[in-house]
Amino acid sequence: MARYDRAITVFSPDGHLFQVEYALEAVRKGNAAVGVRGTDIVVLGVEKKSAAKLQDSRSVRKIVNLDDHIALACAGLKADARVLINRARIECQSHRLTVEDPVTVEYITRYIAGLQQKYTQSGGVRPFGLSTLIVGFDPYSGVPSLYQTDPSGTFSAWKANATGRNSNSIREFLEKNYKETSGQETVKLAIRALLEVVESGGKNIEVAVMTKEGLRQLDEAEIDAIAAEIEAEKEATEAAKKAPPKEK
Amino acid sequence: MECVFGLVGNDFAVVAADTSAVHSILVHKSNEDKIMILDSHKLVAASGESGDRVQFTEYIQKNVALYQFRNGIPLTTAAAANFTRGELATALRKNPYSVNILLAGYDKETGPSLYYIDYIATLHKVDKGAFGYGSYFSLAMMDRHYHSGMTVEEAIDLVDKCIAEIRSRLVVAPPNFVIKIVDKDGAREYAWRESVKDAAVASA
Repeated sequence: MARYDRAITVFSPDGHLFQVEYALEAVRKGNAAVGVRGTDIVVLGVEKKSAAKLQDSRSVRKIVNLDDHIALACAGLKADARVLINRARIECQSHRLTVEDPVTVEYITRYIAGLQQKYTQSGGVRPFGLSTLIVGFDPYSGVPSLYQTDPSGTFSAWKANATGRNSNSIREFLEKNYKETSGQETVKLAIRALLEVVESGGKNIEVAVMTKEGLRQLDEAEIDAIAAEIEAEKEATEAAKKAPPKEK
Repeated sequence: MECVFGLVGNDFAVVAADTSAVHSILVHKSNEDKIMILDSHKLVAASGESGDRVQFTEYIQKNVALYQFRNGIPLTTAAAANFTRGELATALRKNPYSVNILLAGYDKETGPSLYYIDYIATLHKVDKGAFGYGSYFSLAMMDRHYHSGMTVEEAIDLVDKCIAEIRSRLVVAPPNFVIKIVDKDGAREYAWRESVKDAAVASA
């Protein structure tokens, strides 16, 4: 087995590309990221590791915009992310320049996934160690979309998804609790999903909301308020569960 | 015979351009908008070869947008002007663009500004500027009536004076002009000055 993971271009006898799978491991070690699609809104949430005391937290933005109507969050190697994000931003402007139209979410996702795939089929390079969650609104139809790419270069559209640390638990939660929502309900669902694996509090999660008007980062106070709402709702349902047996 | 001119007021900058698209002796259209909104607080009024004009200004516009996404803040007017000049200079001795540009912008820290950038990559920060044959008339008019700190009404009055002068004294004067303004609230179209309207296309 050890002989088949040295060079990226080599298949193993049982059909694995080990470098790609190892890249997926790197993603699994990265911070949790969740995306939820609503009818008129798409929400991205990312786990924020507790900031070092001396670090300026404003310089570490985990949810970035690629264009006015497209945003991206990722899990994995942040340095690789910088490179991919830069290329995607250039492609967004280049597309506008050549065809006078903004990119669709699917187009830019396909571009990023294509880039990730290229690096699984070249000599002397390693794959990008990150999975991305790409959200946005298609320019003319106004339909919201959520896509995910991974180091192998595959991509697909999702109603809700998670990547990074504990993504399986988050995805299980979403599968159980997902329903078509809009506006603030979608934001709550995304934060609830993220709070399954992250310590509660505005300090530990970064949330951004993409509407037709553009991307808006929620500030700590807002997130704390919603987290408090969620806590209150949880306690109310717990209390309701306990109450009926007492009534005789 | 393209006429482009502009000036800086007390907390705004205004540019005006003719709107005729001409090829030799033929007027293709007389409502061609030659003032591009570069970003929320910048205007680019361009004159020259129409292919180069569109190609170059769109290229600058997309690069200015890219800078904003990469860095989270917009370029200042001065930076955009210098970038534009740099692109013209780089292309100059290989494949020059025949485009003259007046770049007007508003920055929160420094207020309104106007930059004169000609096709051989000259860059000047100016209070008033003009290109084309019309510049003989509009510059003279502005030299006579301009003073620093003009209000919008005074500035538009001066623009109208220049347009009147161009219309009466330039042999093939363009009939229509567009005026755009940029201030703290952003870049936007201010008015058109039309003496000839394009006839509506008759339906089949």
